[in-house]
Amino acid sequence: MIPFIIITLIKILVVFVVFLLMIAYLTWLERKLLGHFQVRLGPMRVGPHGLLQPFADGIKLLFKEELVPANVNRFIYNLAPILVFIPALIIMAVIPFGDRITILGQKVDLVISDFNMGILYVFAITSLGVYGLVLAGWSSNNKYSLLGGLRSSAQMISYEVSLALSLIGVLMIAGSLSLVEIVKAQDKFFNWFIFRQPLGFLLYLVCIIAEINRAPFDLPEAENELVAGYYTEYSSMKFAMFFLGEYGSMINAGALATTLFLGGWQGPFLPPVVWFLIKLCAFLFLYIWLRATLPRFRYDQLMNFGWKVLLPLALLNILITGVVILL
Amino acid sequence: MFYVLKTIFWAIPRGLSVTFKYLLTKPITVRYPEKRLVLSDRYRGLHYLTRNEDGKEKCVCCGLCAAACPSGCIYMEPAENEFGERYAKVYEINELRCIFCGYCQEACPKEAIFLGKEYEFSNDRREKLIYNKEELLKNGQQM
Repeated sequence: MIPFIIITLIKILVVFVVFLLMIAYLTWLERKLLGHFQVRLGPMRVGPHGLLQPFADGIKLLFKEELVPANVNRFIYNLAPILVFIPALIIMAVIPFGDRITILGQKVDLVISDFNMGILYVFAITSLGVYGLVLAGWSSNNKYSLLGGLRSSAQMISYEVSLALSLIGVLMIAGSLSLVEIVKAQDKFFNWFIFRQPLGFLLYLVCIIAEINRAPFDLPEAENELVAGYYTEYSSMKFAMFFLGEYGSMINAGALATTLFLGGWQGPFLPPVVWFLIKLCAFLFLYIWLRATLPRFRYDQLMNFGWKVLLPLALLNILITGVVILL
Repeated sequence: MFYVLKTIFWAIPRGLSVTFKYLLTKPITVRYPEKRLVLSDRYRGLHYLTRNEDGKEKCVCCGLCAAACPSGCIYMEPAENEFGERYAKVYEINELRCIFCGYCQEACPKEAIFLGKEYEFSNDRREKLIYNKEELLKNGQQM
């Protein structure tokens, strides 16, 4: 029992530190790549090629003055950034990043917790994230924040349905809700769910971008309409918490897509963890690439697309999968 | 529905390929303090006053530059020297008001005032950006 607790604590610590470092360097990567997409250089000054920029930003944000506007609901105002940040962190608990390995005679699963309803847990926790956005928008006592919060809630509701339905096909084939089992169901290259569920993969990709509020679905924080959306009134570390949460959920979305559709940690020659990171980085690159390419949706287009295109397609995908499995 | 499919399978990949092409091109950023752009010959920067071969100021304080100046940033007071020649006792250009149109240079009949290529003359004191005659002549020596 005691070795188990120690191993779990070590795993939590390692995943936590690596996750935070990845968030930090994701901001660097995004600025760098967006810069090069726009034929600029991106950050270059702090360290070679701006590599120390995330730390400089972090220190700057920590030392910034904290402004709280008048007439805000203090309790909810302080609670909201935490509600955005924590769900992003704890989703990592169920994502498997490697196969079972043996260290000093101990069998170690490279996943913090492999429990049999992993995917339901992920859905439950990602849905919690939207409370942070809505409460931030509501408690800030600012019309732009409120509009951002309302938009995010409407967007989440429309896309979460299609998101869940787009994964039903995967779950039907894998026959399990555990993420480790789903990875093990994709043991050969052509068994990856991206080949067995191409429509499901596309739907998932679109829905997850809407879910994590990235371009072209970044309506809750549409800069040119809503100042900054739900976090307009936040400053200092609370502002940083929103960003940590947002980039954290980007990583989560990529990790989940890797696990569900790209065969998780599996791949030849390289160690499993490296394969997992390579696939994850491919998704992160895709998000940034899409942001550099696509303009933002209009609000009515977003709703139409969510309910009239994605939802029927997701249902169709389930139908096709069911028919194929029956035959 | 057809429109949506066309967007997904044709328009978006095309857009992505365009942006990817730009990802691979070399950035055009010039890293300013270390490297500078080559200025055009006709670049209009900080003004300078010139002297003739004898070392006298060319400016005779005719006031044409001040008359041509659209933003009214040139101020001058004339005087006569011991030979009865006009010269500018006071000649001030307010660089905060100046729009660097170059009309003063065009208007000058004596080729006394020019716009140079200096563009790094910011200051934290407003008074220091009103250049007087000595400073403008010194700018000319540096050219």
